[in-house]
Amino acid sequence: MSGRRIDVHTAIGGFPFRHVPHPDPEILARVVRREGLDAAWTAHLPSAFWRDPSPGNAELYERLAPHADVLRPVPTIAPGWPGWERELDRALAQAAPAVRAYPQHVGVGGEHPSLVALADACGGAGMALVLPVRFEDLRQRSRLDVAGDLPAATVRELARRAHRVRLIVLGAGREWIEEVHWGLTPDEQRRVLYDISWIWGPPEDHLAHLLRTLGGARLCFGTGWPLRLTQSPTANLAMLPDELRPAALADVEAFARAPG
Amino acid sequence: MPMPDDAPLIAWPERPPPMAGAGPLIDVHGHFYHAECGRSDWAARNEARLRAGARMGITCHVASILGSWGYRSPVYFPSPADVTLGNTAMYRLVEEQGNRVRAYTVVNPNHTAHALAELQRGVESGTVGVKLLASRRADDRLLDPVAEFAVQHQLPMLHHAWQHRTRHWPSQDASDAVDLAALAHRHPRLTILLAHIGGGGDYQHTFEVARDAPHLLLELSGSGTDRGMLDRALEAVGAHRLIWGSDVTMETGLAKLHALDVIGLPPDELAAVRWGNAVRVFPPHAFPDAASLAAAPTREASR
Repeated sequence: MSGRRIDVHTAIGGFPFRHVPHPDPEILARVVRREGLDAAWTAHLPSAFWRDPSPGNAELYERLAPHADVLRPVPTIAPGWPGWERELDRALAQAAPAVRAYPQHVGVGGEHPSLVALADACGGAGMALVLPVRFEDLRQRSRLDVAGDLPAATVRELARRAHRVRLIVLGAGREWIEEVHWGLTPDEQRRVLYDISWIWGPPEDHLAHLLRTLGGARLCFGTGWPLRLTQSPTANLAMLPDELRPAALADVEAFARAPG
Repeated sequence: MPMPDDAPLIAWPERPPPMAGAGPLIDVHGHFYHAECGRSDWAARNEARLRAGARMGITCHVASILGSWGYRSPVYFPSPADVTLGNTAMYRLVEEQGNRVRAYTVVNPNHTAHALAELQRGVESGTVGVKLLASRRADDRLLDPVAEFAVQHQLPMLHHAWQHRTRHWPSQDASDAVDLAALAHRHPRLTILLAHIGGGGDYQHTFEVARDAPHLLLELSGSGTDRGMLDRALEAVGAHRLIWGSDVTMETGLAKLHALDVIGLPPDELAAVRWGNAVRVFPPHAFPDAASLAAAPTREASR
């Protein structure tokens, strides 16, 4: 077990619905080192809400460049946006380990050709496709934030249709994860990872339950920075029952590199 | 195309227990279950709370049972019979666990006579506080008799609070800081613990309201772990009006303690949040070993 400890769920930049304190790469790089992580996969948060995320990707590459030793860019691609293939090529040239997409923000499901094409292209390029479920609890959202959570069905459909893709889901809870995982074949299951940022710990022990039923190979480390405290998933791992500690999670770099 | 074997696993290091650091730690927002909650795993969940509490270093769980947890009546609108059932189970748990657990008395203020009778039974059973859910908005006059009882018996009131209340949400009559402040202004001697700092996301009006309600404390529990939440809470009301709790996501409770470490709270202020404020606002019988708590090494001293 010699892989690098990666936080797959980080971003820089502001959030449209509330102030976020210093969401800057300099701060994130410091947090990564403080928390004993080796690196973070980092997206551009404002791009999640833009029709054309390519200017955000340019900003992401530029701002992460001085921190390339710990922050790896995860650009955003809008499925079906004209020229998305060029954006994928640019991601490849920038050695991005993955790209992000927000199907719920552009109104497409897992069966939509544009999303399937993006997923297959990511798989062919050796990059994972990262799909955030949510930024905030539904009960906490601004009235302007109406896109809703990413449906579990979107990921099930995508895993079934895009045979080369490796999917990493961010911010899913236990029931959501189980709805996807147990709705897939074993081969499809192996092409999906879930970060632990939104999985409850004790006393409900959802993380312990998922480690027992899905196994650590299907789960990876993510925090939700800059929106959420980085300490929560670490605390969750530390409070696992004795027989599950120390926790072992998937090596996301190896997962993303796996041939499609 | 089949995928290759699963990617290799990576071990995650952890710090040794007690993970919340040395020194007393009072959790003012715990919950337990009982055999009539409709959950076959109710005992396992109780054990999990105590197990995690021991690993974290929790000295005392101040806790409640919310009726039948939705099994026979809604979680946030428990029937009088379920309220009684849950409170009885909670008092029994205190008897079993000794000083490790303390009980709130849950009431549904829509049933005033029953609520007052439950509170009286709670006082006779050693209750240390009143727990209100989302059965009635906190600014409603129906809460006045409950508040008056709490003041008379020096019981703090832990009140669920969530989001900016500009509309109704399903299955609850949720209150926010504005509602709780209205109650606080009508009952200026009542100590109110505003749960979850209001939640997360759409909660930030909480700070402006809390500044002007001196007996309102912000309780830290909950799944909302927004960055900046703790910093702004400290700025708004100071450490003497923050009080630590975990609720049903104990990992976020632990994370917030670790975040307070990163903020660099002075040892005396950290001790206040961890346990000192609880000793101050709960009745004297709540923590009979408070003197020994005070004598315990602080987290700073134990480093």
